[in-house]
Amino acid sequence: MNPHRKIGDVILQAEAISLSFGGVKALTNISLEVREHEVLSIIGPNGAGKSSMLNVINGVYHPQQGRVIYRGEARSKMRPHEAARQGIARTFQNIALFKGMSVLDNIMTGRNLKMRSNFIQQALYWGRTQREEIANREQVEKIIDFLEIQHIRKTPVGRLPYGLQKRVELARALAAEPTLLLLDEPMAGMNVEEKQDMCRFILDVNDEFGTTIVLIEHDMGVVMDISDRVVVLDYGKKIGDGTPDEIRGNADVIAAYLGTSH
Amino acid sequence: MFYRESGQFKSSYAADSAILTIAQDRLFIAALLALAFVVLPGLGSDYLLSGILIPFLILSLAALGLNILTGYAGQLSLGSAAFMAVGAFATYNFMLRLPGMPLLLAIFLGGLSAALVGVAFGLPSLRIKGFYLAVATLAAQFFIEWVFTKFGWFTNYSSSGVITAPPMQVFGIAIDTPASKYLLTLSIVALMALAAKNMARASIGRAWMAIRDMDVAAEVIGIPMLRTKLLAFAISSFYCGVAGALYAFVLLGTVDAQAFDLHRSFQVLFMIIVGGVGSILGSFLGAAFIVLLPICLNLLGQAFHGAISTQFLANLEMMLFGGLIIFFLIVEPHGLARLWQIAKEKLRVWPFPH
Repeated sequence: MNPHRKIGDVILQAEAISLSFGGVKALTNISLEVREHEVLSIIGPNGAGKSSMLNVINGVYHPQQGRVIYRGEARSKMRPHEAARQGIARTFQNIALFKGMSVLDNIMTGRNLKMRSNFIQQALYWGRTQREEIANREQVEKIIDFLEIQHIRKTPVGRLPYGLQKRVELARALAAEPTLLLLDEPMAGMNVEEKQDMCRFILDVNDEFGTTIVLIEHDMGVVMDISDRVVVLDYGKKIGDGTPDEIRGNADVIAAYLGTSH
Repeated sequence: MFYRESGQFKSSYAADSAILTIAQDRLFIAALLALAFVVLPGLGSDYLLSGILIPFLILSLAALGLNILTGYAGQLSLGSAAFMAVGAFATYNFMLRLPGMPLLLAIFLGGLSAALVGVAFGLPSLRIKGFYLAVATLAAQFFIEWVFTKFGWFTNYSSSGVITAPPMQVFGIAIDTPASKYLLTLSIVALMALAAKNMARASIGRAWMAIRDMDVAAEVIGIPMLRTKLLAFAISSFYCGVAGALYAFVLLGTVDAQAFDLHRSFQVLFMIIVGGVGSILGSFLGAAFIVLLPICLNLLGQAFHGAISTQFLANLEMMLFGGLIIFFLIVEPHGLARLWQIAKEKLRVWPFPH
């Protein structure tokens, strides 16, 4: 781990979040903290409420109880695009790329928030629009270099293999220059080599840009290696929170994953 | 194309994001524009100009409008003709109620009126999608047609409900010959097509396509759903409105709600399906196809010297349309524009298969 990287103050705090869909309780009274510059993993068996937690953080779901405090500002209901405006970006469990567009256009779309020209200026494609397109393209090219996807720049994303699509999705999220990056199973369905690449990218993002990362992952080897802290959910409840070493020794977590003998 | 882009290196991002990146393409388009602007108005017969090219250009513009909404932003609409009607009637009324208003300004205001109506009927798109939205826009089609036939104010209480368009003038030049009408239409369509292409390759175009391809992800990366969808409705309806005004003033010479019935909406929809959904070029190819097909069939009929009855030909046209729509939906949902692209890709590596 990079010794220069310093974990800072709490930037996001979830307070007593409860979320249910009809009679199904997805999350029950969950509180957690995310500190600046850290890599926080959320783990748990299937259906534990991990993805729901991410959806609460970036405003896709609105919890019935509790609140999310992000950078000192509490909010109960927020639309996802407002979360994006405040610097929260994410990737999805099932790839959610824009299938009809090229890799470059997908990543450029991630920078739409940075563009200010109105549609009349864009219709003329003159002055501000052209300057913005070029300035943002330069930033996008840096991300393309960073994630080593130069060779597929102009390829429609639908034609790419799964591992590369995941990488493009990460690129699109990074294009927004987020403060907080939420990754929902970034390594699902990848082979060992692709997982290693993805781990390297995640750590590099964290190191170089200081981006705070919250990720959901099932591969325990990966989680224990790259996380500063781990939160464990089971049946919508938090059963563990601590450093990887603490989690390894947590009796509740072991019980949830391996079962207990009665 | 029997040319390759070898040796043409782009050394700036501006060059890489240009509309036409290959020199031969630029040359071809320049030649095409020269032909359209200089040669055809002088040499084209009146029939070619008023019977083929003007309807082709106007319907291309309407198809372009629908393509912005359906092809780029992914919002299915069956109300294109209604927005064309709004453009036509608004233009007529602006000229009638405000004497001395220049034609171009009236057409522009007609387009703006269509845009406002489009936004109003686009509001349901925030809650409903796909077929259900199509039905909501169908309501626009019936409602607007009904308004223009029911309320005499719009037709200036003309007894037949059909009004003759006033004589046209642009910058003091009378627009009364086929050539001048053609040039007026061509100029407007060319400029608006360029504007559409520019929007499609800038951030608003990407926002539309993002909403079309995956609306949840689009919102998560910061694209405001409400504003982006309504802007698509507004701009699309503006294009349809201008097309409607031109259709009434330049092509028909009358303003008549019957010209903008559901059949017209479907015609425009077929154009983008056949031509290519989500493609500027496709809007033109589709319009050309749908304007030219009946004419070609007519010629075919004449070639047989009446052996084929006109009634049969009319039916044949419907059958061919139906067959082709089904063909395109199954085989190539991206239409003629995509076929053209595939052909270019194949020819690029020809004579090798890959």
